[in-house]
Amino acid sequence: MKVAFQVNGKRTSADVAPDTPLLWVLRDTLGLTGTKFGCGKALCGACTVHLNGMAIRSCQTPVGSVAGQKVTTIEGLGGNHRVQRAWMALDVPQCGYCQPGQMMSASALLAMNSNPSDQDIDAFMSGNICRCGTYPRIRAAIKAAARMS
Amino acid sequence: MENIVKNEKRRDFLKASGTVAGGLALGFYLPSGPRVAQAAEAGSSPNAWVRITPDNTVTVLVARSEMGQDVYTSMTMLVAEELEVDINKVKVEIAPPAEVYINSLLGGQVTGGSTSVRDGWEKLRKAGASARMMLVAAAADDWGVAAARCKAVDGVVTGPGNQRATYGSLAAKAAQMEVPKDVPLKPANEFKIIGNVRQKRLDTAAKVRGTAQFGIDTRIPGMAYAAVVLAPTFGGKVASYSDARAKSFPGVKDVVQFSQGVAVVADSYWTAKKALSTLNVRWDGGPNANIDQASIWENMEAASHEAGAVFREHGDIDTGMANAASIVSAEYRLPFLSHSPMEPMNCTADVRADKAVIITGTQFQQLVPHVVAGATGLKPEQVEVHTTFLGGGFGRRLEMDFPIAAAEISKAAGMPVKMVYSREDDMTHDSYRPAGIYKMNAGLDDKGNLSAVRFHSTGPSISARMFPSVVKDGIDPFSVEGIDNFPYTADGGLRFTYQMHDTGVTVGYWRAVSHNQNAVALESFIDELANAAGKDPIQYRMDMLDMGSTKHQWSGLAAGVAVGPRIRRALAQVRAKSGWGKKMPAGRGQGVAVMEGYNSVIAIVAEVTVSDSYDVQIDKVTTVVDAGTLVHPDQALAQIQSSLNFGQAACMLGEITIQNGGVEQDNFDTYRVTRINEAPKTLNIHFIKSNSVPGGLGEPATAVIQPAIANAIFAASGKRVRTLPYTPENIGAA
Repeated sequence: MKVAFQVNGKRTSADVAPDTPLLWVLRDTLGLTGTKFGCGKALCGACTVHLNGMAIRSCQTPVGSVAGQKVTTIEGLGGNHRVQRAWMALDVPQCGYCQPGQMMSASALLAMNSNPSDQDIDAFMSGNICRCGTYPRIRAAIKAAARMS
Repeated sequence: MENIVKNEKRRDFLKASGTVAGGLALGFYLPSGPRVAQAAEAGSSPNAWVRITPDNTVTVLVARSEMGQDVYTSMTMLVAEELEVDINKVKVEIAPPAEVYINSLLGGQVTGGSTSVRDGWEKLRKAGASARMMLVAAAADDWGVAAARCKAVDGVVTGPGNQRATYGSLAAKAAQMEVPKDVPLKPANEFKIIGNVRQKRLDTAAKVRGTAQFGIDTRIPGMAYAAVVLAPTFGGKVASYSDARAKSFPGVKDVVQFSQGVAVVADSYWTAKKALSTLNVRWDGGPNANIDQASIWENMEAASHEAGAVFREHGDIDTGMANAASIVSAEYRLPFLSHSPMEPMNCTADVRADKAVIITGTQFQQLVPHVVAGATGLKPEQVEVHTTFLGGGFGRRLEMDFPIAAAEISKAAGMPVKMVYSREDDMTHDSYRPAGIYKMNAGLDDKGNLSAVRFHSTGPSISARMFPSVVKDGIDPFSVEGIDNFPYTADGGLRFTYQMHDTGVTVGYWRAVSHNQNAVALESFIDELANAAGKDPIQYRMDMLDMGSTKHQWSGLAAGVAVGPRIRRALAQVRAKSGWGKKMPAGRGQGVAVMEGYNSVIAIVAEVTVSDSYDVQIDKVTTVVDAGTLVHPDQALAQIQSSLNFGQAACMLGEITIQNGGVEQDNFDTYRVTRINEAPKTLNIHFIKSNSVPGGLGEPATAVIQPAIANAIFAASGKRVRTLPYTPENIGAA
């Protein structure tokens, strides 16, 4: 069955079962492998993407539920988004695997809250696990991004 | 063109060979036997650290796996420093398996043991310097001038008469120049790249844009996807399954049995995963089908009454204890832990009749051809291995289960497959940090000073499974780290023993390996002694230090350096930087721990608040690190930040338990790891300035943060928690 939606500003469709998680459609069907598989249960945040600008866990989002809507992945963040610039300036990633999800969460946070406090960051970002322990840099990079225009 | 020079004194070999493209390929390596000489004679171009092509592309081959710890950049910095090139223009490639890339500190092409920079410290700088000297020699020869009158800067050689030639234009000729015998290296005060605090990671842009290729991102032509169901018990086997329904799923290409379970191969991972649930696999539980956590502890406790094998001893311990004014005894218990890197295990395999290609994130690429050969009937030389970025390693990716599984599935299905473990597969089929029991007795003299000490640990050996040849006389050297190098004095007698005890649970090397358990036990126990003696824990440690011992753990290059003074200096600094001894509100306390490991000394003061219900909040962590020369200072800092987080997760949250022969925890809800809201708000990290050889940075702090937290919990609450993790339940029961 064909599901039509928008990914990174382009209309696309995928001929898959509508219960297929958006994660696997992005990765396997559309070849957008920047979005990562971590837990399959919305516990780790590695698969975070934007749905109409809001951060969602794509591993728990059936593709059928995004029909006609706008999905943005790390590839669609543009490469020069202020969150990405801050992440580069502070050399946030270590292994890097969780970072696309971290940046998709962080950019969604900043879109709603232009000047997040430590508590705001903790509350919004605690769904994204990093095993390398880049948390101090993630916190600093979100604040740095908030200061960028 | 090939030129081999053997330097008898150092037993080093240098080899240069013209590559197909007419560029310079240079390998510099330490031989481990006759096989290396053969490899050198074969003159294959992968035996190289540097490749320069006529278009001025400089490629550095990094022969360690990038799993976050920054080898991609730090090892490139070592080559670039001496090669005299702009590091930001260097292309980095991950090297294939080859003898030339063997890690001299580990004896294999392995990434682990905090060895990458230590092993590369001299050989990579010499590789860069040798290549530069050959490029200069080529230019000097062209211009008819002495090499000493030419200079190499930023990829260009200049001569005394303003002659100028790029490395690319010189590469073909340089490959034919004599390989230099004496390769002087820059003194530290001339370093431009090494130690540069502004140097950025070379892999950040790809990791920030989502283009970095991890194993799980591999796509090759004709590739199918495999999802697996693995034996639910340690050593279990498939008894039967039914593939009829799965095969009727649209998109399913095959259902195959392999040594560890059953796989569905399909045109997408999700299709394969969905079809798995229809297989109705029945299992033969195997020899461990009935083990559970209670029986594991019971059997380990019984084994702990065995005498064990002695790994360190002096004086007569019984006399020492008899002469003591008082005796302090304690027993610590540490649980199994999972590695759980963020990228679940996966591997892409294309097994054909005469050849196999394996693409995966591995910490041990040298072993992959051999296990794949074993799994497929091919010869190791028919197996090509490509190492991707690793989405975390922590020791998990030293294992061979995932390359073997992918190779078997590809062979059985007759097509290239990408096999991906689910998080549940990954967490329940890990190789776990060993659980263990640690018993200690100390004799104190009438002033409270340590006069005699007994340490006896019991637990499974990792090496007995993975590298049995390193286990000698009942001692696995990877079980006695962090205690074998006991840094304190006990003149009246010392006896350290280890009782190997298998539990049926597969155990594996886990970041900092046995430093974790031994440092938790020892550094918590020393705190108990200080308390019994009524002394300040930092001062007590300083007073008890053995200032003469040179025994480092896995020191490699630091032989002969006294450890005591290094530890004393780190303790003094952490006392000064942490505000040690300041007045604290009720429920808040500071704890200290110190350890030498991987030739680095780490001293930590943790500050915690313990609530009435024994919830622990880590307020502040002050860390002092003596790791010699810092090649990439910002990423040295990142590795300490990382280790502290990993150790915190282990001691505050980590516990794997066994039920019905298998692992109970299967995802991040039941096996918790630290999240950003739990990370300490204040992490102060200080490096001691040093021009000594680099020490290891990826691991040791992981071990030291744990007893520092335990000791802070004691200071805050009076609770001495000897069973990990430090949960409210375990603290309350202490």
